[in-house]
Amino acid sequence: MPIYGDGNKTEKGYTYINRFFPRVDARDKVTGRAKYAGDLDFPGMLIGGALFSPYAHAQVTYINVDKARQIPGVHCVMTFEDLKKEKSWGYYTFMSSRLRYQGDVSAIVAAEDWESLQKALKSIEIEYKELPAVFTPEEALKPGAPLVHENDPECEGNIWSHSRYKVRKGDVDAAFETCDHILERVYRTDPVEHAYMETEAAVAVPDTTASGIMTVYAGCVNPFFTRRWVADVLGVSRAKIRVVQQTVGGSFGGKEELMGLTASRAALLASATGRPVKMVMTREESIIASTKRHPFTIKYKLGTNNEGKIQAFQAEVIENVGAFHMHEFMNFRAAVHAAGVYEIPNVKVDVYGVFTNTVTAGAMRGYSSPQLIFGSEQLYEEMAEELGMDYMEFKRLNMLKQGGTNACGQVMDAPIILPEILDKLFDKTDFENKRKAYLNQSDTLKRKGIGMAMFYRGCGLGAEAPDASAGSVVVHDDGTVMINSGLVENGQGMKTAFTQIVAETLSIPPDVIHFIGVDTNTIPDSGITAASRTTVMGSQSVKLAAEELKGYLLETAAMMFHATPEAVELKDGMFKLIGVPDAVIPFQVVANVHHWTGQQAGVMRWFKPPHLDYDMKEGFGKAFPTYAYGSVIAEVEVDMQTGEINVEKITCGHDLGTVINNKTVIGQIYGGVLMGQGYAIMEKLLIKDGIIRTDNFDTYMIGTSMDVPEIDAVLFESDDAAGTYGAKSVGEPSTEGVAAAIISAITNATGIRIRRIPINKVDMLSILHHSNDDTVEGGQARLKSRTDL
Amino acid sequence: MILHLTVNGKNVETQISPEQTLLSVIRGNLKMTGTKIGCMVGECGACTVILNGKAVKSCVVNAAQCEGMEVRTVEGLANGEELHPLQQAFIDHNAVQCGYCTSGFLMTAVAFLEQNPNPSRDEIKKAISGNLCRCTGYIQIEEAIEGYIAERDKPKEVPDNETKENAAEETVEAAAS
Repeated sequence: MPIYGDGNKTEKGYTYINRFFPRVDARDKVTGRAKYAGDLDFPGMLIGGALFSPYAHAQVTYINVDKARQIPGVHCVMTFEDLKKEKSWGYYTFMSSRLRYQGDVSAIVAAEDWESLQKALKSIEIEYKELPAVFTPEEALKPGAPLVHENDPECEGNIWSHSRYKVRKGDVDAAFETCDHILERVYRTDPVEHAYMETEAAVAVPDTTASGIMTVYAGCVNPFFTRRWVADVLGVSRAKIRVVQQTVGGSFGGKEELMGLTASRAALLASATGRPVKMVMTREESIIASTKRHPFTIKYKLGTNNEGKIQAFQAEVIENVGAFHMHEFMNFRAAVHAAGVYEIPNVKVDVYGVFTNTVTAGAMRGYSSPQLIFGSEQLYEEMAEELGMDYMEFKRLNMLKQGGTNACGQVMDAPIILPEILDKLFDKTDFENKRKAYLNQSDTLKRKGIGMAMFYRGCGLGAEAPDASAGSVVVHDDGTVMINSGLVENGQGMKTAFTQIVAETLSIPPDVIHFIGVDTNTIPDSGITAASRTTVMGSQSVKLAAEELKGYLLETAAMMFHATPEAVELKDGMFKLIGVPDAVIPFQVVANVHHWTGQQAGVMRWFKPPHLDYDMKEGFGKAFPTYAYGSVIAEVEVDMQTGEINVEKITCGHDLGTVINNKTVIGQIYGGVLMGQGYAIMEKLLIKDGIIRTDNFDTYMIGTSMDVPEIDAVLFESDDAAGTYGAKSVGEPSTEGVAAAIISAITNATGIRIRRIPINKVDMLSILHHSNDDTVEGGQARLKSRTDL
Repeated sequence: MILHLTVNGKNVETQISPEQTLLSVIRGNLKMTGTKIGCMVGECGACTVILNGKAVKSCVVNAAQCEGMEVRTVEGLANGEELHPLQQAFIDHNAVQCGYCTSGFLMTAVAFLEQNPNPSRDEIKKAISGNLCRCTGYIQIEEAIEGYIAERDKPKEVPDNETKENAAEETVEAAAS
């Protein structure tokens, strides 16, 4: 398959996509003019704040806000007693007397300035009764454990029933009976923080006229979800809430729950005071109350025959979802992907979430894949070791191939370019030679290691939810074009990608195209900007709208040429009469005539991908329209004395289908690699008894420029019709296999299996010096043999 | 108390309280929101401005101590609609994603390049290591800074060339007509 950038030319014959185009929002961002929600100012605007729980689990036994209300500059103090409705869709409470984790709120305040707000929050007289709490699934699943949600029909004890998803293929029990080798292992992952640079912020502006529309300016991952919560907490219809999307300072899946709560709380205060209210989370509030990447406990059982063919795969995936949750759909993705990119005849996967009194879990770049790729890729290495086989030989033997079926029985009819990706990356890194050479370093204190991970990812939402979205394209009388979409720019570059896609479809230069952001009053609910669905699926509606609009414009041009529309083409901003060289009319001239002759100047289209025949109840069928393939090679150096791990180089290859914008893709990969590296060896979120101790960047460490390894990103293109112009996902694939590859490299360097991530230098030191061969349950173990890696 | 500053070349005076940070004066009193709030503990660099020629994290600078000083913020980089060449380099090299950290990186880089106009890649890495970015992985930011230097050091076009180009264009036009 072709590699984008080889010979520095595109293979696919496109004009405006498949190449670099500067980001359409970059000028505002480099000049500081871009407005994030926290930058907005309105006349009479108040500052809002919230009283968060000091405990992991507590009941408020007394609250008195009289003193707080007396503070000069304070306009409103509300408590849970003032709410008509404590919670909305998805468990989370706007305010409550029962505080189920540190991020829960019992009161909110609006004041004229930050100082009086802080004084008021401190003046609230409140007494708590601390309640028994559970922090891990192990504790939460013990008989008689304190319940996070009592009398809840959606719970079995602390298990969230709605979160149960499974995959079933063949008969694992029968298959295990016949297996020559069986391996059981437990892998664990701990929560990590999104660490978007902008914290959650919203400004709610009430309208006191009869229309009564509350406008909320916010930077959401899903403005329609924010609208749902705000409408619900105010007890008004969706039509009375308008969410206007602001520039988003990063999301990575995270600007949903706390963003919605922040907007809702600001709206409550705005509604009560009749004044605009701005609420911005401090970094500490953002870290304690926002969701984290789901902590997983993964219990595997794997069976093979003597030749190394996998016969049966069984996994129980238990998630610590924290106190609240609304991402049961993640478990569909987790169930489908748990076994990785391998062909296995018998598969049984069960996934479920357990409530605890700890920080809540939510979508974070990968939506289960960084955890599962780490676990399963290590598992396969361990199995190969058991068999005395080279792990690459084992992986290649069992790799999913075109025409085969994946874990949930989906026939993989599109090309699988993984073998090409592996060959290229192995060649570039001299993988096999290095891997073998690094096994003989027992005398060195600084040991090199090389490791790999390979993976696939279902593109878009798949059978998880309708992957539908709206898009519109409008042409103005001066020849400028305006795009609107129900999906959001959160830094990933979607506005630029969509602009290029419309430019390609219409065949006009991108610089006449403008993209307004989401205003929920102007476009139907298009769901969440997540699942790496935006370019692949979300831009389809915009493309359809552009195609339809182009048809109308061709009719106008045909009228001007006194020809039929079939005789006219639009190419690079010029309408041309086919076969007549001088018969040319510029786009803007036709657009002007189009307007003044009353032709249709705008189109809104809806896109819903073809139905997928997937049976959720049985856990079997066609789960995703298509899959993107990738691999990561990591090269590390481990200091055996200090535990320091230096990631020297990451080489990765991704199946992009069609590259829309090469520099944007590369930029996403670079950022994804660093985030994945943090997940392996840096980002430790310290939680003691449900209270987060690392609540700012002085204690929660994310990578700086000094931590970035050399990164070689190879962009593979393939032919796959499912996505817009054949594009596939990259936002999440860029990060999902990185931790797995780094851990594989550490094993190559040290001979130690890491079965729990993230680890930091201190953990590594302790592993190096206190490694225990007997520990298999999420502990670490030395390899039995260093020669069979 | 009254604070006097020169902000992006203009003299300003504003009423402040003694505990205010420079960041709060810039965003609150002066209503200039290009400088961002990230952590309020001096760790992320989103609030970086140039104070008397040095890049500082304005969230941990006491405003009262800045009396009479010169402050430069991201709003002062462009000359009207004409971007500072480093801003242009950030666009050309795709060094911007969500953009929240961008003004801090620009101010850090501008102050650094004034001190060290011809840095190595390692020196650039070190110079920006006090600014956090979660989107880009920093590489395209470093490339933008290098790209700016390369562009700056390019020999200026000699008038001779211009004449030749003009002449060539005229020829084309003549041929077309």
